Amino acid sequence: MSHTFVEKILAKNAGLSTVRPGQVLDATPDVALSHDNTAAISKIFETLGVDRVKYPDRLAITLDHAAPPPTTKHAQNHAETRRFVARQGVTHFFEMGRGICHQVLCEEGLIYPGVLLLGADSHSTHYGALGAFGAGVGRSEMAAIWATGQLWLRVPESIKITINGSFSPWVTSKDITLFIIGQLGADGGLYASIEFHGEAVTGMSMASRFVLTNMMAEMGAKNAWVVQDEVTFDWLEEQSSRGAGASFDQAQDKQGSRGVERDFEGKRREWEAVSQELAPDLGANYLAEYEFDASAIEPQVACPHTVDNVKPLSSVAGTKVDQAFLGTCTNGRLEDIAVAAQVMAGRRVAPGTRMLIIPASSQVYIEAIKAGYVETLLAAGATFGTPGCGPCMGNHMGVPAPGEVTISSANRNFQGRMGTRESEIYLASPAVVAASAIAGKIINPAQIIEKSS
Amino acid sequence: MSQNPKSEIVNPKSLGRVWKYGDGINTDVIFPGKYTYTISNPAEMAQYALEDLDPSFAGNVQPGDVIVAGKNWGNGSSREQAAICLKQAGVGAVIAVSFGRIWYRNAINNGLLALTCPEAVAALNHGDRVEIDLEAGLIRTETGTSFSFPPFAPSVQAIIADGGLIPHLQKQLGTRKGAS
Repeated sequence: MSHTFVEKILAKNAGLSTVRPGQVLDATPDVALSHDNTAAISKIFETLGVDRVKYPDRLAITLDHAAPPPTTKHAQNHAETRRFVARQGVTHFFEMGRGICHQVLCEEGLIYPGVLLLGADSHSTHYGALGAFGAGVGRSEMAAIWATGQLWLRVPESIKITINGSFSPWVTSKDITLFIIGQLGADGGLYASIEFHGEAVTGMSMASRFVLTNMMAEMGAKNAWVVQDEVTFDWLEEQSSRGAGASFDQAQDKQGSRGVERDFEGKRREWEAVSQELAPDLGANYLAEYEFDASAIEPQVACPHTVDNVKPLSSVAGTKVDQAFLGTCTNGRLEDIAVAAQVMAGRRVAPGTRMLIIPASSQVYIEAIKAGYVETLLAAGATFGTPGCGPCMGNHMGVPAPGEVTISSANRNFQGRMGTRESEIYLASPAVVAASAIAGKIINPAQIIEKSS
Repeated sequence: MSQNPKSEIVNPKSLGRVWKYGDGINTDVIFPGKYTYTISNPAEMAQYALEDLDPSFAGNVQPGDVIVAGKNWGNGSSREQAAICLKQAGVGAVIAVSFGRIWYRNAINNGLLALTCPEAVAALNHGDRVEIDLEAGLIRTETGTSFSFPPFAPSVQAIIADGGLIPHLQKQLGTRKGAS
């Protein structure tokens, strides 16, 4: 019998030999993620009459959604979170400024092939890029996981997306992701596990693969998955050698491995074995299979006010922008800042436009400084914010005024998302965001680069 | 999901008024993100229900009213307030063609009925009056038409019967106040 990734990982987690789509099982998450919503979840947890979190070493908590806190109320929320962390002995707590949960948990070695994560955040689909199962849940459900260590899940149907071909210049994983969402719709993957296959996918960096899985939340998916290969294992090994070792070693212990400390080869072999075990079988059953050609598309833009309102850039080029925002869990990584530096080097943000850059994590920020990107971008007139979610969901640090237009590398452009329903958000790749900041209007980066060369 | 033309309203007092909306209504217009870390009082959440979708809703919704919507209601964020604010506003049920998966779980977990019934969505209009009969699995209209909705999975039924996930867990853990 052939199985998809999600069928294999959920069966393994629940200790069952096989499972079928539609089956309801009790999952035991390896990682339970929460962020600025931790204080609210802890209030629900208190009503359960349970004193202690069942597995405090499985909780991962970041302060990122409104960090640093813009108001006293937000600060109070953070303070309550820190008290909870201390009281419950939560080991994986990441202070404000460390970065966005989805980026930080991967950097910290908490995510690797075979991990099952449930997160009180809709973009928990993110983790499939590393061969993990990640799905979003609500606050009450997170409180239930804290108390019992478990939560019921329905085994989803799977959808297979194959991306072939190679990208044209200035076309990125963000563009194909937006294109796919535009084609299949905001409910195109509703309740499903979405698998990505194909040469255009294996040709991507890890940073680019995270865009695919992260944004499947915008198609209604339960979780997402990307084929794992040398790129995946190299990335994990590099992160492991960076000193994220504590988390890795703890994870190894949990799996009962006798790996010697800092035994990267042993870890790699383990990741490879789990990847192979959980990889979807040929002949597995899919709800739908789609093929896309990466070479056939130009840069794409999601227009107001839904993520599936996607148009080719050429059809919206010339739209005036007041603010360009580069960052978020979707596109705030080093390669995103690098391409912005490439586009903006020696140029200036257009008068009447402003550009805000928020690295996805402190690690990304440090690397961007070392590579000289930060200086290049500051010299071009951009400004930087503390690693975190920034203005993405309208809390703070760069929200637009009514009537203003933002071009953003984020994942959502819902009406009111950035704080006021009277503003418009266009979603695009980091290259397009940077080029649009220079031009003061939506523009293909090729035009900016050609003009001066 | 058949249509049963001859069906009578069982309890006329339980009739709720329909608020009808379209496809793809997302969590951010149901409960804006800017309030998510500052408003923790459930009753207060009701004041902001549908703020960016229908500013007339929060001030006029009556207990027992029903939201009827198209595809993918509640897509987007995992914020539970997008379900709680409606429950607190008195909404009796949300009937839709389909639901965003986290919103659906949040609704059930807070004792808010989320019913998948494309036929009812197609037939009902803003201002119509309907009654939800959970036991019979029927949505009845004041004109005598009724629509059936698929039964909930047993685990979900148990959560609904206990009034939501938290009371359900309290019961299971034996920590419910007044529980023997």
